[in-house]
Amino acid sequence: MTDSSSGELSLGTEHDIVLGRQAVRRMAQQLGFSLVDQTKMVTAASELARNALIYGGGGVLKWRMLNEGAKRGLRLTFEDHGPGIPNMDLAMTDGWSSGTGLGLGLTGTRRLVNEFEIDSTVGIGTRVTITRWK
Amino acid sequence: MGEFLLVTIQVDMQDQLALRLQDDLTQAINKKGAKGVLIDISALEMVDSFIGRMIADISAMARILDAQTVLVGMQPAVAITLVELGLSLPGVATALNVERGMQLLRSGLIDSSSDDRFIKR
Repeated sequence: MTDSSSGELSLGTEHDIVLGRQAVRRMAQQLGFSLVDQTKMVTAASELARNALIYGGGGVLKWRMLNEGAKRGLRLTFEDHGPGIPNMDLAMTDGWSSGTGLGLGLTGTRRLVNEFEIDSTVGIGTRVTITRWK
Repeated sequence: MGEFLLVTIQVDMQDQLALRLQDDLTQAINKKGAKGVLIDISALEMVDSFIGRMIADISAMARILDAQTVLVGMQPAVAITLVELGLSLPGVATALNVERGMQLLRSGLIDSSSDDRFIKR
C-alpha cells in the first residue's frame, strides 16, 4: 500500500461535501469501477458526508484504496465528534428520520455499498465505514 | 419559451445553491405566469436524497402555483442509484429528454392528482 492510496479530507462546510464527492469519484474511476458503481459510491459518500456535517457538526472523511489479491475496492470512513446516535435500531429503520432528512440516509446508503459498519457513542461521536468492491 | 420555463442544472451543486434554485424558480413561475417547468438534469452525475428532495419540492410547489414540472435527462446510473437509495420520486413527471419533456408539457397530460408525496415532515 503506497501513501497515495489513502488520505483524508475535513468536512467542515457544505463545499467540503462537494469536494468529497469529487474525490470519491476520482478514486472510483482510478480503481476501474463501472459507472453505476462509481455513482453508488459517490452518492453514499454524499449522504454520509452531509450527516457528519449536519448531525455531527463537522468531521473527517478518510479513504483507502484496497488491493487484496485480485480484489480491488474503496473504503471510506466518516467520523464526527457530534452527539452520537442514541437509538441505533431506530436510526437503521427505513423511513425513520430525526427530523430534517428523508429518513433514507443510513438505510439507503447501506443498500449502495457492499460493506457497512456503524459505531456511535452518545456524547462521543459517530463513525461510519463503507466499502465497495470492484 | 413563452409559458414554459427551462432549467438546466450544469454543476455539482452545493446544498445552499439547490435551495436558492428552488426559491428562484418558484418566484419565476409566479412572475412569468409559467404553466410548465422543465428541469434538465442530464449533466448531473449524482442525485442524492438532498437534491432528490429539492426536485420533489419544486414539483410540489409548482403544482400549487398551477404549473406542471417535468424532470428530463436523468442518466441511467443516477436512476439506478436513486431507486436503490429508496427515492423513486413519485409525483414527479419525467421524460427521456428535453424534446419529449416539452411534448409532455404541451399535451397537458400530466396527472396532477398523484399526490402521494414521499416527503415526510
